[in-house]
Amino acid sequence: MNRIQNCFSRTRAAGRPAFVAYLTMGFPSLAASEKAADTLLSSGADILELGVPFSDPVADGAVIRAAAYAALAQGVKLADVLALAARLRAKHPDAPLVVFSYYNVLYAHGLERFADEAAAAGVDAVLVVDLPLEERDELLAVLRPRGLTFVPLVAPTTSVERAAASAKGLEDSFLYVITVKGTTGARAELPPELKDRLATLRAAVDVPIAAGFGVSTREQAAMIGEVADGFVVGSALVKALEKDGTLHAEDLRYY
Amino acid sequence: MKKGHYGPYGGQYIAETLMTPLRELEAAYEEAKADPAFQAEFREILRDYVGRESPLTFARRLTERLGGARIVLKREDLNHTGAHKVNNTIGQALLARRMGKKRLIAETGAGMHGVATATVAALFGMPCEVYMGATDVARQAPNVARMKMLGATVHPIEEGGATLKDAMNEAIRDWIANCDDTFYVIGTVAGPHPYPAMVRDFQSVIGTEARRQMLEKFGKLPDQAIACVGGGSNAIGLFAGFLDDPGVRLVGVEAGGKGIATGEHAASICGGRPGVLHGSKTYLLQTDDGQILDTYSVSAGLDYPGVGPEHAYLADTGRAEYVPVDDAEAVAAFDALCRYEGIIPALESSHAVAEAIKRAPHLPGDAILLVNLSGRGDKDMDNVLAWKAANPPVPAL
Repeated sequence: MNRIQNCFSRTRAAGRPAFVAYLTMGFPSLAASEKAADTLLSSGADILELGVPFSDPVADGAVIRAAAYAALAQGVKLADVLALAARLRAKHPDAPLVVFSYYNVLYAHGLERFADEAAAAGVDAVLVVDLPLEERDELLAVLRPRGLTFVPLVAPTTSVERAAASAKGLEDSFLYVITVKGTTGARAELPPELKDRLATLRAAVDVPIAAGFGVSTREQAAMIGEVADGFVVGSALVKALEKDGTLHAEDLRYY
Repeated sequence: MKKGHYGPYGGQYIAETLMTPLRELEAAYEEAKADPAFQAEFREILRDYVGRESPLTFARRLTERLGGARIVLKREDLNHTGAHKVNNTIGQALLARRMGKKRLIAETGAGMHGVATATVAALFGMPCEVYMGATDVARQAPNVARMKMLGATVHPIEEGGATLKDAMNEAIRDWIANCDDTFYVIGTVAGPHPYPAMVRDFQSVIGTEARRQMLEKFGKLPDQAIACVGGGSNAIGLFAGFLDDPGVRLVGVEAGGKGIATGEHAASICGGRPGVLHGSKTYLLQTDDGQILDTYSVSAGLDYPGVGPEHAYLADTGRAEYVPVDDAEAVAAFDALCRYEGIIPALESSHAVAEAIKRAPHLPGDAILLVNLSGRGDKDMDNVLAWKAANPPVPAL
């Protein structure tokens, strides 16, 4: 079993959902990201998504976009994100680390080179926002031989059959279920049909499912936790870092 | 070739939320394409509303001045709304209506596609929202006014370089959030499949007409077909008529801005390398780290860091050649067409005219250079005057 599978076994045994945390690497600085990631993994987060800043973040809302631009303004590169992953790996040997990126950054780096470096850094999986089922084989071909897995996305518009096809062959990963039609960012209310949707998807696939986009409160996380294996918090954490670059106890209470 | 791909280019590199809407679009488009009633309505609107066919004009005085190949202009500038963009927006609006979509959104650079979308939205009675970089809103004020006059809402985008790419980012975000009832009218042959193929099909009327008109009027095909390339919709529309004519050289003219060497340009093929943006794998202007660069060109409509994937493929296979023309050359060609032919061309199209001016003197008098005059230049008056005020005088032809 890999770290992701172990993680979901643990949280399931504990009767709680996995807390998947997203941070844009390099916001407000690489040092602050590292400290925040360390804080998260030491105080409740189960899986960390390391967001790679990109100049054209079409899937992101205002908070994560601003964070990406701020990181890029400091010259943060994919190599910095992987170096940071390696340092986190040394401190947190069991925590699943997911590189969360747009495809062009990985493509420009060279897919094989990226996969080599990610594997060496102790990364477990890669999530690419703009790499759907139809296009992912090129990346999977370099990830799989190096023991890396891939996190497929499922949107509100995705059919159950397509979700199952996306999860197929990635049983060592988890399915990231996008809760809303829209970009990343906190929502006061999640769609009323979300619980039924998650239950349907969970019954249809053989991999754990985690739901994200719009999740910013303990109540939302709890609601998702009733029917899914995990919840993802991203923009709310990035937003919390806007204040003083540090995550405080109240920023971490999601279960 | 894999469906939706042009060799290694094209594809559907886009957020999962849009994959099902893209499937629906693809199915609806395939069905419409095969439906004679759809095609008939499309042709009827092009004829009775746009004023097609657009004429071929022999640029007699310009040709005589240059000595050499004859320069012939395909007059897309005479279309209703003043550019080739409307060919495509009519096709997409018909499709939107057929699919039961209630709302049109679009991105625009120079504003010509925004105007063309606002126009068809008014024609079909649909609400329309246009995303436009704030830099372009400032430099294309007449088109912003036209869009508003036509009832569209214009959203200025302040992010990035605040030009076409940033507008497209925001349009895609709108589409992700509103894909149930919204049709995204993409203005160029970029974007995820089926957009590059669909936009090319709607624009291919340019090349199909031009080919027939060449044979009727000159009794031969052109030696070279020349068009400017930002995203590349007018160029692919022209090329589509001649792809199967190996004797016709296809020439795409990219915006060289201040010169490729300066880095301040928008020539994705001449100065970029393959990557993934806005749904397609194609040539992009980007850093070594895969961050997309802000582009520069005197013409807002060419100010885009990517290019349609079919152009990337045509460049790699050598079927078409792509060359840069810089700002000064484009402005000189703008002047020349004004003075010698009484035609004020769009700055975008002036890039293609400039390439023809370069080539004509080196070719025999029986050769023909067919230039796609993709738009008229009324929108560019302020830009040309401002550019001239800020730069050394361009040599008059």
